[in-house]
This record gives sequence, C-alpha cells and structure tokens, in this order.
Amino acid sequence: MSATTSTASPARPSGRAQTFQQRLRAGDDLAYLLTLLAASTIVLITGMLVLKLYQNSAVSRHEFGWKFLTTTTWDPVAGQFGALPFIYGTVVTSALALLIAIPLGVGAAIFLAELAPPRISSGLTFLIELLAAVPSVIFGMLGFFIMVPALQKLEDPLRAAFGWSPLFKGPFYGVSMLSAGVVLSLMIIPFIISISREVILAVPNDQREAALALGATRWESTWDIVVPFAYKGITGSIFLALARSLGETMAVTMVVGNSPKISTSLFAPGYSIAAVIANEFTEATGDLYLSSLIELGLVLFALTIVINGAARILVAGTSQKGGS
Amino acid sequence: MAAQAMSLHSMRRKAVNVVMLSLTGLCTFLATGTLLFILGYLFIHGARSLTWDFFTKLPTPVGETGGGMANAILGSAKLLLLATAIGVPIGFLGGVYLAEFGGNTYAFIIRYVADLLNGVPSIVIGIFAYILIVLPQKHFSTLAGGLALGVMMIPIAIRSSEEFLRSVPLALREGAMALGASKSKSILTVVIPAAKSGIITGIMLNLARVAGETAPLLFTSSNNRFWSPGYEQPTAALPVMIYTYATAPYEDWHQQAWSAGFVLLTLVLAVNIVARFILSRQAHVPR
Repeated sequence: MSATTSTASPARPSGRAQTFQQRLRAGDDLAYLLTLLAASTIVLITGMLVLKLYQNSAVSRHEFGWKFLTTTTWDPVAGQFGALPFIYGTVVTSALALLIAIPLGVGAAIFLAELAPPRISSGLTFLIELLAAVPSVIFGMLGFFIMVPALQKLEDPLRAAFGWSPLFKGPFYGVSMLSAGVVLSLMIIPFIISISREVILAVPNDQREAALALGATRWESTWDIVVPFAYKGITGSIFLALARSLGETMAVTMVVGNSPKISTSLFAPGYSIAAVIANEFTEATGDLYLSSLIELGLVLFALTIVINGAARILVAGTSQKGGS
Repeated sequence: MAAQAMSLHSMRRKAVNVVMLSLTGLCTFLATGTLLFILGYLFIHGARSLTWDFFTKLPTPVGETGGGMANAILGSAKLLLLATAIGVPIGFLGGVYLAEFGGNTYAFIIRYVADLLNGVPSIVIGIFAYILIVLPQKHFSTLAGGLALGVMMIPIAIRSSEEFLRSVPLALREGAMALGASKSKSILTVVIPAAKSGIITGIMLNLARVAGETAPLLFTSSNNRFWSPGYEQPTAALPVMIYTYATAPYEDWHQQAWSAGFVLLTLVLAVNIVARFILSRQAHVPR
C-alpha cells in the first residue's frame, strides 16, 4: 500500500504521511527548531550565570556562611572577608541618589506629560532619552573632574545648614558617598522621567476632564487624580532606577573614595559592591579572596533581581490598567 | 464671612496651583539643564584636546607626551564585532521565535528570563565571562570581553526583534500564506524584510549601548598598551582607557581621557540620534 501512494504522488506526500525529514526540508519545522534553540539559549545562559556564580563562590560560602553578609572586616592579607561595608555603601549611595532623583524626576515627568506643549515635551523627552544613553564611565569622569570640585565648594554652606546632623560630620575630601549619590542621581533621573512620563500619559483623559469639571485646579487634577492613577507605574520606574543605581559600577568607583569603612557621615569616603569587584578582581590572589569577590557578585545579582522583578510587576500593572 | 472664607480658600488653591506647577517646570529645567551643562562641558573640553594623533598613534609611556589611542579604537571595534557575532544571531532568532512561534507558557518564560538577564548589572556579566573563559585559559583575552558584551546584547536584541516583527501587519502574513507560501517561507521572504529596517536600527542602538560598557571589560579583555593581534590577547578598549587615564595622576593623561570621552560620546549619541530619527519616520508611515 505504501508503495502505491509513493508512486502516485512522489513529490507531494499528503498530510499525515509526511515524515519528519520531509517536513524539515519544507522548512517550517527547521525554522521552528532553530528559533526555539536560539530562544532557549537565553534561558541556558541565565541558568549558567547563576550556577557559575554559585559554584565559584563555594570556598567563601563554606568559610564564612551567612556571617559573610554581616561582618565588617575586609582584610585580604588576613583572609577575613565581610561584605557589610560594601552592602552599606551600596544602599546609602543608592538611597541618596533616589532622594535627589525622585522629586526632580517625577516633577519633570509631570511637567512634560501634563503641562508642556506636545512639541516642547517631545523635544525635551528626546534629549532626556539621549542622556540615558550616555555611558557610565563618562558620568564617572564628569563626576570626578567637575562634580567633586563643585561639591567641595559647597562644603561650607552644607556644613552651615546641616552641620548639626551626624550625616555631615568629619573631614571632606571630595570623593565621598555624597559625591557618589549625586552622580548616581544624575544617571537615574532620565530613567525616572521617561518611564513616569509614559505612565502619566497613559492615564485616560476622562479622569482629568472629570476632575477639572468638578472645579479642581490643574495642579489638583494632576496631584490628586492623575498621579495616584499612575502611582504603580511611577513606583515601578523608581524601582528600575534603584536597580540600575545598585549595580552601577564605573561612576561610583570613580567618586566614592573606595574605603571599606562604615561611617554615618555622607562626607566620608565609602565603597560599593560593584566598585570593590571592579577594583580588586584582577588583583585577587588566592581562592578565598576571588571566591569572596564572586560571592559579592552573587549578592549584587540577587539584590537587583528582586528589585527588577518588583519594578516589572508594578509597571506592567499600570500599563494594563491604563490601556483598558 | 463665609464668602470671604471661600474666596480665601480658593485663592490659596490657586496659589498652590501656580507654585506647584512652576516647581515642576523648575524640576524639568534643573534635570535637563544640569545634564546638558556637563555634556556641553565634555564636548568643549574634549574637542579642544583632540588631535589627529589620537586616531593614529599608540599610547605613549608615562612621562612622554603625545600619542593616541588607535589600539583602543580598533580594540573596541573588535570587541563589538565579537559581541555582534554572539548576541545578534541568538537575539534575532530568539525574537523570531517569540513573534512567530511563541504565544504559550514557554514564550512567557523566555520573555521573563530576557528581562531578568537585562537587569543583571554589567559587572556581574563580567564575572560570568571571567569564569567561563579567563579562569580556564589563565589569561585575559579579546574573546572574553567580546563574550561579556555579547551576553549583554542578547536580551535587548531578542525583545527589540520581537517587537519589530510583531509590528508587521497580519495582512502581509496572510497574503503570503494565501499565495501558498509555507510559514517559514512567509517569515523569510515577507515578514523579516518588512521589519528589516526596524531590526537593524534596534541592533545599532544595542551596539551603542554596549560600546560604552566598561565594567565587564575590566577583568575580561583588561587593557593593553600595544596592538592586540587576533582574539587571544588582552586588548585596549575606549571605555577602559577613559577609566584608566582619568583616574591616573598625570595631567596629559587626563587630556587624553577627555578626548577619548568626546570620541566615545559622539559615536554613541550619533548612533542614537540617527536610530531614533529612522524609528520616528517609520512610525509615521501609514500601515
């Protein structure tokens, strides 16, 4: 029977009778398999990334356990590695960056989305998005050569205004957690502006019209109606910016001062997880030293994954709400 | 009395309105103004110290003035070539899968993992490339740096390819199918050509992004004062040179760093401006 079918239509075997090879030659399955393979590579790479970081930090994990995260001594000579000063520096500089960037970024996003004429708004947004493309090493260089001297000039006014608080005590050499926070804030402002602007623009117009029709001023309609509506998306943009500033390496390395001490003063030099990896990785001698640095990488990875995940859930939530 | 209170109240509301709205304008001015100022500073400062030698000569030893970063420019180009060879095929084909064959749980997982990988700090990607290549080979190499940049390109390449393929109207696919083309044939001859300019623009933007990456190169391709033939030796790259020269204690090195920063930023911004121009024109084409 199979002989008759194959002689009847040798060129085009019908439906079921196609063998896997024939379908492969027709291209559809080949294309499917090829693209599936490529798409699966990304899962493979990410899995390998986690696995390799985990495996290669084994020495340090076995030596220190969870104490790695809570001890403050970082002494390569004595073989003592505690990550707390770096975690502290990372969190403080990022928090400071957010403190500066949130009001400026959200304020500018409100202006661009609600007030500015469309032409000006899209022009400025274009500029701001270009600024998001500036490489971080350039921000680092500008921070190092311009921002640090400028902050040193601001030292006296800052001391006069905030000198009573422990945040502005001690000597100030320019490179400090304060400088790192300011440079980071400049780097993340474009992210906050462009995403927040988009989620504010996605708020349905009838929300604004209803508020204005009830006699609200422009500001009241914006602040009491539009911003709460876009709240989730704005928070999401802030989380994305936070994730970026936590993992930012070059700009921080160049201005933070690179000193593994915990100090309450923002004038004091500090250190961040990414900066210590950048500075010490090539000179790490010995398995324990290298594995401690890789464990720091693992900590940074975990930190940004959690924050990024939260951000994406928040942003997705708003765009769905705005779209409906 | 009540009327007076009312008018006071409404005056207060109007004042708040004006003050707060002006404040948002001030925020915009501060944010864009500060950023434009520092970039303008870089352009003026960098362009002033730029010479032709910068593009043609090797770096000089400490203490000797002059010299350029020709090896770093070539090194960056080679790193980007490798990164493209690794990141673009995987990203593009993955994007085809998501746009044309996906639509199920597995596609959701891949999108999720791509976003996840995109959020990984670049220095962690550097550690990954170090473990994969530098550690077993026991020396830095262009290959390791290219791998790090290539891995960074994949998530964006996959998502931008998917987006541009998806924006091709369904009618085009149906037309191809109605003419008897198989699915793969219609993707290959109709859908991909229709999305071509978008996909290429996406790749250009992606390249511009990784071209400025410094952190993943520090301990993969490291640095090199000389030419780096082949792919097995450490190589200089523009961003790493900027970092090394800017943090060195020599005044003439700082000048070189400014020049390098100017060149890198000009390239990155030019690609971004052209790409955005192409994309915005494309968006106006009636579909």
